[in-house]
Amino acid sequence: MLSLRGVSKVFQIGADRKVAIRQIDLDLRSGEFLTIIGSNGAGKSTLLNLIAGTVPPTTGTIRLADMDITGVPPHIRARRIGRIVQDPLAGTAPSMTVAENLALASKRGRRTLRLGLPSRMHRRIRAQLEVLNIGMEDRLDCSVSTLSGGERQALTILMATLAQPEILLLDEHTAALDPSNAAMIVRMTCAFVERLGLTTLMVTHNMEQAIELGDRLVMMHKGEIIHDIAGEAKATTSVGELVDMFSRHHIVDDELLLERVC
Amino acid sequence: METLLIHALEQGLAYGIAALGIFLTYRILDFPDLTVDGSFVTGAAIASLLLSRYGFDPFSVLVIAFVAGAAAGTVTGLLHTKMKITRLLSGVLMMIMLYSINLRIMGRPNLSLLRIDTVTRLVDAAWSGLGPVAILVFITILAMGVKFALDLFLRTELGFALRATGDSETMIIAQGVNTNTMKVLGVAVANGLVALSGALVAQYNGFADVGMGTGTIVTGLAAVIIGGTLIRSSRIGWMTAGVLVGSVIYRLAVVLALRYGYVIGFQASDMKLVTSLLVILALVAPTLRERRQRKVRAC
Ligand SMILES: Nc1ncnc2c1ncn2[C@@H]1O[C@H](COP(=O)(O)OP(=O)(O)OP(=O)(O)O)[C@@H](O)[C@H]1O
Ligand SMILES: [Mg+2]
Repeated sequence: MLSLRGVSKVFQIGADRKVAIRQIDLDLRSGEFLTIIGSNGAGKSTLLNLIAGTVPPTTGTIRLADMDITGVPPHIRARRIGRIVQDPLAGTAPSMTVAENLALASKRGRRTLRLGLPSRMHRRIRAQLEVLNIGMEDRLDCSVSTLSGGERQALTILMATLAQPEILLLDEHTAALDPSNAAMIVRMTCAFVERLGLTTLMVTHNMEQAIELGDRLVMMHKGEIIHDIAGEAKATTSVGELVDMFSRHHIVDDELLLERVC
Repeated sequence: METLLIHALEQGLAYGIAALGIFLTYRILDFPDLTVDGSFVTGAAIASLLLSRYGFDPFSVLVIAFVAGAAAGTVTGLLHTKMKITRLLSGVLMMIMLYSINLRIMGRPNLSLLRIDTVTRLVDAAWSGLGPVAILVFITILAMGVKFALDLFLRTELGFALRATGDSETMIIAQGVNTNTMKVLGVAVANGLVALSGALVAQYNGFADVGMGTGTIVTGLAAVIIGGTLIRSSRIGWMTAGVLVGSVIYRLAVVLALRYGYVIGFQASDMKLVTSLLVILALVAPTLRERRQRKVRAC
């Protein structure tokens, strides 16, 4: 489904070179759900940016279902790749209403001089939201800036799924939310991923979550994939084992230690 | 006093069309575009040339002016999106280039429309039954027409994409929209409106002058800010209505200042200084308020 071959990314900052991704090879089957963990600066976000196309790779090729998408601009890839980032503000247009945002998402890139939100579509969106039962149907005509972070992230997921992508990229998309909202968003995400059979890449700092969700787990460090487990191996691994894995690479940092103590 | 009021309304609505363009770039697209100081004159220059030299129909020159302004805006948009020049500098460069181009179009620093059938003269003659408000009625219809056309445009799929581009680029790219195209389109339409306004003002005043566009951005911002303060709404229709109201109020203030300002030693040439100071005040007010609140929280 998705395949990365010899992909690296070098950021040039003045005279300095910063290797963010180092010769990564990665293959995902259709419908596979991959969780990604790794310390700060490991290159997790950069990896997703490369797949989304917002960052061009320095070397290597990226293929999506037998099509080389390495040089395809991000807005074209977006028709097949949905993406949700950590910042709830980034995923929606805050000055537009909930219904207008959803209408935008259901257009799948069509930009004509037809009405953006005809009343027919407004009714359909309301009906769809009533089924979901998340209380959003009463706030269809409120501007998104009046929603909470959790509600916005829920809206972002709705928008991502309306566009019916084949691949979903999630970059710590619950990190900015309180625990109950985060749990709600995770439930929503999993429901959609399952229903649409999406191929999913999810970055998280929560190791328990990384083990619990999905069917494959990779650990990244300094731009490389240092651990890749799936199936039985993933199901039976533990947070302690993963932390040991980190320490074997001499990368125990305070954060990880803290997480084990708690 | 009554004619003074009528003149203020006429001018407010005529310049209000330019303010709608500035609203589109500044508020909707989040693109502070300085091209307008030049494209306003481009509209006036082309209209005056076509009317005085080639005997064009005064209504059609309004449309031609719009197209010319849109072309100028397109160049600004491309300078920014294709050549990666900052938004401010792209606008400034285009504005300066337009200065030379406008002089080329007119062939000299100003063109008179004396004894030429301008829209205002035609309307005055055709609607003489309306008496002194004939021109006001015409300009009102024109400005409202532009307002509703802009409202409608911003409610289309394309308009949605444009608004979202100004709101959150990450989001709209993820929705499959090329933000560069949207920026070029927005800046083009905005400058089209500004040039249309310039063509109208030139006919209204009976002349075009190469310096008549100086400060268009600031007076336009003043109208946008006054309108946004008086009519607080996130609905497009109310926002554009606010821009026209803001423009009228601004012109009213200008007319009154010019008429009675001498009492406090005010000169016409002081207007741009005062306007800019007002705009600065309006722009920094939110930051100042925020800073004060933060101080309170810190204590
Ligand atoms: N636009 C950029 N310009 C320069 N360097 C960058 C850029 N983006 C990322 N980097 C660098 O690349 C490295 C990897 O960054 P990345 O954001 O992918 O890390 P991450 O694994 O997502 O970390 P975190 O867990 O903190 O989100 C970092 O060292 C970062 O400083
Ligand atoms: Mg990151």
